[in-house]
Amino acid sequence: MIHSLFLVNASGDIFLEKHWKSVVSRSVCDYFFEAQERATEPENVPPVIPTPHHYLISVLRHRIYFVAVIQSEVPPLFVIEFLHRVVDTFQDYFGVCTEAAIKDNVVVVYELLEEMLDNGFPLATESNILKELIKPPTILRTMVNTITGSTNVGEQLPTGQLSVVPWRRTGVKYTNNEAYFDVVEEIDAIIDKSGSTITAEIQGVIDACVKLTGMPDLTLSFMNPRLLDDVSFHPCVRFKRWEAERILSFIPPDGNFRLLSYHVSSQNLVAIPVYVKHNISFREGSSQGRFDLTLGPKQTMGKAVESVLVSSQLPRGVLNANLNPSQGTYTFDPVTKMLTWDVGKINPQKLPSLKGTMSLQAGASKPDENPTINIQLKIQQMAISGLKVNRLDMYGEKYKPFKGIKYMTKAGKFQVRT
Amino acid sequence: MTDSKYFTTTKKGEIFELKAELNSDKKEKKKEAVKKVIASMTVGKDVSALFPDVVNCMQTDNLELKKLVYLYLMNYAKSQPDMAIMAVNTFVKDCEDPNPLIRALAVRTMGCIRVDKITEYLCEPLRKCLKDEDPYVRKTAAVCAAKLHDINAQLVEDQGFLDTLKDLISDSNPMVVANAVAALSEIAESHPNSNLLDLNPQTINKLLTALNECTEWGQIFILDCLANYTPRDDRESQSICERVTPRLSHANSAVVLSAVKVLMKFMEMLPKDLDYYGTLLKKLAPPLVTLLSAEPELQYVALRNINLIVQRRPEILKHEMKVFFVKYNDPIYVKLEKLDIMIRLASQANIAQVLAELKEYATEVDVDFVRKAVRAIGRCAIKVEQSAERCVSTLLDLIQTKVNYVVQEAIVVIKDIFRKYPNKYESVIATLCENLDSLDEPEARAAMIWIVGEYAERIDNADELLESFLEGFHDESTQVQLQLLTAIVKLFLKKPTETQELVQQVLSLATQDSDNPDLRDRGYIYWRLLSTDPVAAKEVVLAEKPLISEETDLIEPTLLEELICHIGTLASVYHKPPSAFVEGSRGVQHKRLPGSAGSGESESQDTGSAAGVTEAPPAVIPSQGDLLGDLLNLDLTPPTTTGPPPPSSGMQMGAMDLLGGGLDSLMGDESEPLGGDLGGSPAMGAGFSAPTAAMPASFNAPVSGGLDDLFDLGGGVGLPMGAYTPPKTIWLPAMKAKGLEISGTFVRRAGVIQMEMTLTNKAMSVMTDFAIQFNRNSFGLAPAGPLQVLTPLSPNQSIEVALPLSTVGPVMKMEPLNNLQVAVKNNIDVFYFSCQYPISMLFVEDGKMERQVFLATWKDIPNDNESQFQIKDCHLNSDAASNKLQGSNIFTIAKRTVEGQDMLYQSMKLTNSIWVLAELRVQAGNPNYTVCLKCRAAEVSQGVFQCYEAVLKN
Repeated sequence: MIHSLFLVNASGDIFLEKHWKSVVSRSVCDYFFEAQERATEPENVPPVIPTPHHYLISVLRHRIYFVAVIQSEVPPLFVIEFLHRVVDTFQDYFGVCTEAAIKDNVVVVYELLEEMLDNGFPLATESNILKELIKPPTILRTMVNTITGSTNVGEQLPTGQLSVVPWRRTGVKYTNNEAYFDVVEEIDAIIDKSGSTITAEIQGVIDACVKLTGMPDLTLSFMNPRLLDDVSFHPCVRFKRWEAERILSFIPPDGNFRLLSYHVSSQNLVAIPVYVKHNISFREGSSQGRFDLTLGPKQTMGKAVESVLVSSQLPRGVLNANLNPSQGTYTFDPVTKMLTWDVGKINPQKLPSLKGTMSLQAGASKPDENPTINIQLKIQQMAISGLKVNRLDMYGEKYKPFKGIKYMTKAGKFQVRT
Repeated sequence: MTDSKYFTTTKKGEIFELKAELNSDKKEKKKEAVKKVIASMTVGKDVSALFPDVVNCMQTDNLELKKLVYLYLMNYAKSQPDMAIMAVNTFVKDCEDPNPLIRALAVRTMGCIRVDKITEYLCEPLRKCLKDEDPYVRKTAAVCAAKLHDINAQLVEDQGFLDTLKDLISDSNPMVVANAVAALSEIAESHPNSNLLDLNPQTINKLLTALNECTEWGQIFILDCLANYTPRDDRESQSICERVTPRLSHANSAVVLSAVKVLMKFMEMLPKDLDYYGTLLKKLAPPLVTLLSAEPELQYVALRNINLIVQRRPEILKHEMKVFFVKYNDPIYVKLEKLDIMIRLASQANIAQVLAELKEYATEVDVDFVRKAVRAIGRCAIKVEQSAERCVSTLLDLIQTKVNYVVQEAIVVIKDIFRKYPNKYESVIATLCENLDSLDEPEARAAMIWIVGEYAERIDNADELLESFLEGFHDESTQVQLQLLTAIVKLFLKKPTETQELVQQVLSLATQDSDNPDLRDRGYIYWRLLSTDPVAAKEVVLAEKPLISEETDLIEPTLLEELICHIGTLASVYHKPPSAFVEGSRGVQHKRLPGSAGSGESESQDTGSAAGVTEAPPAVIPSQGDLLGDLLNLDLTPPTTTGPPPPSSGMQMGAMDLLGGGLDSLMGDESEPLGGDLGGSPAMGAGFSAPTAAMPASFNAPVSGGLDDLFDLGGGVGLPMGAYTPPKTIWLPAMKAKGLEISGTFVRRAGVIQMEMTLTNKAMSVMTDFAIQFNRNSFGLAPAGPLQVLTPLSPNQSIEVALPLSTVGPVMKMEPLNNLQVAVKNNIDVFYFSCQYPISMLFVEDGKMERQVFLATWKDIPNDNESQFQIKDCHLNSDAASNKLQGSNIFTIAKRTVEGQDMLYQSMKLTNSIWVLAELRVQAGNPNYTVCLKCRAAEVSQGVFQCYEAVLKN
């Protein structure tokens, strides 16, 4: 099982170590540093690194490498999932997951890590249970603790840990009972030179914020559940009911959680919300290149496309870009060669464009590579797959909750090749 | 008020200050001090000096303080075992606390104190906690049992904790079940043969019930455990699959992958015509695709596993090609994996799309990725015949870009395309020749030379081209040299008139001016061939070559089967058998897929691999006898290929081209067997891009000829005096180990047993990362240090290694007793072989028994344990024999002469303190000796006798 954990910051220092079994010397990380040096980019460090006696499995989150050390055959996904859980917990507890935040709360961090694993076996990873065991630090509580000498650690056996619904604590009370659901979809797409779609798929999630008193039992039904043929559920969802009736039936955890994530594959037709007209060209023997980009809305069902951000890694030979945006602002970083154009909202009457010239190094030959254009965008009040919630019902409790559902579409890895 | 204050730099006397604070009366100050101590510990400072002061803080009602002290204890108890005993009482008391949280905390912590002395005190509290009324305590105690086993396995067995754990599998609480399974699985890893997780339909049912209700982590443990079960029939298999399928929709990807493993394994048993089989196949695709939208690290592990799944059951993902298309900002490790899977999924239906993508990738920035993309185009051409033309034109387009590494890579793959589709695309040769000057990598140069040699009759200036290469012959790498030699000989055979000078030049360069035996040998073969029988030479060198097949890079079917059983594990990430993980392989069990219900179906299902799956020999270590038997058989009879046809690759073709066709005549004509070096050198056909794959069976014949030679040679060079050392024998022939040949022997020098090996790299690529591991054996032989191969072993290089052995390793009786199973790992793969060591290696220097003791012992050992052997044809007198034996630590204690017959009484002692007593009778004039052996462990007699014979006869 998981033997030890090292946290390594961007400059390659180990700033925290935790051992669940015997102590493993931190020199084992040297193998990791070697791999880190070999990698051209921080994210290119291979996730599984063998060393003579151990295996190092790492994830990079918030510019911190979480390096787990294992000694025997352990499923790597198990380790990676656990590391993600650690990151999520830190974020949940401290708001951000940074080196400073971890150092500021080192005792809580240590206590958390101790609760999350026992001898390398996961113990309590549900945030509900952890919060009962170890209270998250707040300014008020820190002050009170200092004065009264009381602690962050709970005295009680976490009640949820052994019940049939381990994700929900008992005795929850709210004055305003509310349940909000956010349907968020991200489009991953690759569009080729000519504007036709090579591949497009939708990754969707339904995130919930449920603050309901007692033990509510919710059901959520969809207008078009057929869309959801590839789903992963939070453990609270009753799978049999979904199989039989295509209804989500569950006792929700308290607070924020991800109810389900789904995937609409490339075999269904995926609507592409924007199109890009581009002309990025260099002429042989000239030190100038042309840059011409126009964006326009495509299949948006009448909704506005907002927060559009275009970025592109220009060829290495490009020295500078002299461009003229019809709206928004652009920046070009001459070191990383990264061009970013903050477009804002797309006005269908007056399409945003970015035109101008790029200057090449004098005497440099025409660059071989074609830059790829990366697009970020947001569309409110629409799920691009067409998924719609039909109704939300609550059983088991008497009060009337306040319900709300929000839709949003974003671009995930949306790439246009030129 | 944050904790970062604890990280302030070490001041002088900090420890002293902390000590004062820890002993303070104020609770608050104490706690602050403990926090500071913990913070220092976290960043790796040594605060062990504060042990007694911190332990004093343990008796507290404050839970946080208690926890902090526990944290400290776990870290430092090992370095302060005597002090740690002070803590025992508190643990015992806490285990009785009314609060289950405290009980659980205590049992959890005490398991983490890795001090032998203490563990004994902890058995009683643990026993209680394992039967605690609160399931939370029980599940914590289950893990504690595993911890304890890690520290002191014997103790856990003696105390009966294993049985208690087994009982917990039937616990009413799913979490307890999951933890019991996890604990047992971990313990089972160090007990390969114990039946700890005895799975039967009842336990399976319990596990499946618990599966639905336990946490995500528990589900992983249970699924991994289920995967070890072999259902009785297809109906049981189906019912398990049905109950596992819902796990595919879990949010935790590790659960999903473990479920995939169970399904992939049990699917084997389902009849293919069953409706459910088809349903299951359909259900497997979406979760796998979903894994690819996760974080890159998860994607990587998923992709490595999908690679296996696609090879085993391509039908699952055949429509999902698009999800493997590469995004430009994927990390490089994801890109390379995706590319590999794209090629595996390429078919006539989607080839156009794939090619368009690959062409796109070939213009990216990352050099490694671009190279692999170009190579992928070539692999597509070989795999999908209809696309070959399009692939070739794509490659030509790429060559036009003149980007150096693209051009070189393209030439390498075009050569492979020529091998697959001869006489079809030769029109492009002109274009290739234009780029001759820009080639600077050996592989590309070798490929180009091969092309020129192979099509010499169509290239007008072939002689000029080859001549230009010849100028810097000695600076070229071996690969290029060998290729150049062959190419020029081909050219000569095709255009003998104008190239005589050239061929003489290259032959003399290869034979007279080269230090490389491979090159020299090949040179000589050609030379003799050309001078004795040019017609035969033509037949040999220009023989029709078999076409290369598409799947050069498929994983070997038995390995694939094993890996499918290990989906989701490290083994599946590295595509190596679990036994390759030297550290973790305390007990290696080879898992195999269960056979299909209708045995006929598997044959008809997938044509290529099916035969291999059912008939392939299991990957077990062949015993030495078999191995030699194999070699001898091959020498006499033409090889009969059993199991899967060897994956053919360019390399082998090259070898067959030379040997397959013309070998008989060659061997017949030449009185001197050329086989020795020749057979073992896979580099014969060097220059072809294929990875070092297993040798084809037909290639074995000359090797065994060479082996005989070696044996003969070894026989003559035995050491006359001192410890008898058997000559080196070949333990691992190159053809069984992807080009690595190991020969070796055992020596005892100054009381140290050494395994002396010669490692020879007969493959084309450099070998590195050598490591060695022994299976458990009768006398506990184990490497006393790592295998000292410091420098990479380049092709055709040999290295002598002496590996000191200890006799304190794990013990298991072997058959025969002196059998040793060895696994050697290098960067290419892991190889197994077995060898037998002479028992005399184990005779220790102080094996001389007192006379009296000898007499008493001799009488003491029952006559049943006496065995008698004859040694024939030995012409030594008794003194010489005695001397000789003494060199091998067989000590003569007394000598008696009765009626012209010398009786030598001798003793020896094995490393594991077994005494062997012997009586050696030597009659003057009679070459036959008689040895009488007496030993309490009668099994060793046979081995000891063999030593006598070996020592006396050498």
